[in-house]
Amino acid sequence: MRVFGPKGTQTVAFAALWAAAAMVLVPVVGILVVMFVRGGRAVSWELLSTVEGGLLADIVGTIALVALTAAIAAPVGIGAAVYLSEYARRGPVVRVIRLAIVNLAGVPSVVYGLFGLAVFVMLMKFGRCLLAGACTLALLVLPLVITASEEALRQVPERLREASFGLGATRWQTVRRVVLPNALPGMITGLILSIGRAAGETAPILFTAAFIALTKPFPSSVFDPIQALPFKLFYMATEAHGVAEDVKWATAAVLVGLVVAMNLTAVVIRARLRGARRW
Amino acid sequence: MESSGANSDSVIRSEGEVKVEARGLDLFYGEFQALRGVSVAVAARRITALIGPSGCGKSSFLRCLNRMNDLIDGARVEGDVLLDGERIYDQGTDVAALRKRVGMVFQTPNPFPMSVYDNVAYGPRLHGCRGRAELDETVEKSLRGAALWDEVRDGLRKSALDLSGGQQQRLSIARVLAVEPEVLLMDEPCSALDPTATFRIEELMLELKERYTIVIVTHNMYQASRVSEYTGVFLMGELIEYGQTTQIFEMPRDQRTDDYVRGRFG
Repeated sequence: MRVFGPKGTQTVAFAALWAAAAMVLVPVVGILVVMFVRGGRAVSWELLSTVEGGLLADIVGTIALVALTAAIAAPVGIGAAVYLSEYARRGPVVRVIRLAIVNLAGVPSVVYGLFGLAVFVMLMKFGRCLLAGACTLALLVLPLVITASEEALRQVPERLREASFGLGATRWQTVRRVVLPNALPGMITGLILSIGRAAGETAPILFTAAFIALTKPFPSSVFDPIQALPFKLFYMATEAHGVAEDVKWATAAVLVGLVVAMNLTAVVIRARLRGARRW
Repeated sequence: MESSGANSDSVIRSEGEVKVEARGLDLFYGEFQALRGVSVAVAARRITALIGPSGCGKSSFLRCLNRMNDLIDGARVEGDVLLDGERIYDQGTDVAALRKRVGMVFQTPNPFPMSVYDNVAYGPRLHGCRGRAELDETVEKSLRGAALWDEVRDGLRKSALDLSGGQQQRLSIARVLAVEPEVLLMDEPCSALDPTATFRIEELMLELKERYTIVIVTHNMYQASRVSEYTGVFLMGELIEYGQTTQIFEMPRDQRTDDYVRGRFG
């Protein structure tokens, strides 16, 4: 039964789809507005630069965590991606590895936290520390890093590989001299975006790395525990008493600011390389 | 008209020294058979053209001669290819060393996104050449050999991607010459080029055949008749006729060759 006719249905469909798209915008804008209006009032140089009552230790801890996570996830993730896309021939082994990567991506982050506690903190006796947290987060981002790196490798045209092989290069020489240099920018972009996700995760570091007010706020080795922004936020929102609502939002704003800064770096790297590359 | 193909005794063997020889070569891509029993002897320091309609197997055959098909998942070869009488599909063959001896120029120019200099030096560096002076010399010699030196001598540090298509293809040739191959395989090297650039490449090929054995796959029958001494005609995976180029074009023995070179199909 036609109520509207073709023109009418077209209008209705358009309105409905527009509303769906607009609805996506509402929470994003809402979060940003609340966060920056409320948090903005509390963000101050003092908040960022003091340990006691400020966020300095949490910022430093988060940055250290992110850096170490990248240092662990990058070689493993990129190595796995190179193997899968440059070396492996289709077969059961590769299928199993790919299946594992997909499943790894689906594991809830709190399960990683528990796994990290069991393996890195207890079994390997790292204790609750920077290293244990970074290892746990590295596992979490590994599927993302592998997927992004494979994508970057696929972007390198096949004819460059052929040219290299045609000159008598071995596979490793080809990977090392042609494929990696051309894929690396894309890989780095993917890596930064993946690590950006890890920076805001709470559950994986809850049992493995993070504390609230440490007597020694800055880690001097990877075996020291750390403070971290997402955990601080979690703590302030659930257990702490007498923390001004604005300070919570300010903490959130700092965390989001950090992640956004990382993503922007990735975007800039990508834009630079797009400009430099024309094949 | 006899049509028993190139396996028959009536095939004119190349005169003089044989550089590359295929014997009963079959190539499969998975279930699909791309080549059927191809046997041919390629003369040293001559230009041999391979012609035939699209999908006839001529490029696939070319890629068998330096084992480039190894890179394709599911590709399988039966029969033999001999380079200077040695079987290149033997277990112990060093494929990288083989490809150094049997260089390849591809259909589309494929310079690396590096400088002109680094493109040419890529091969020698792979094979252990490190000395600055030695590299400089090889680069110049190769670029001269590919008739590109005069155009790029002042811009060796510039990106190879800034060169024109014809220059890029000559750069690809220079890059191959730099590893001092014995055989040059050219897979439709002019298909992406304009007539002037094509003419330069053809001139270059005539110079290069003094020192190299050249096998060229081409869609362009005029090109085959202009540059080559020998021509092989492929059709549906078979080498249906092989002989001196003048004979192939003027009095082909196979009716299908006659049809093809007269443009009745393909």
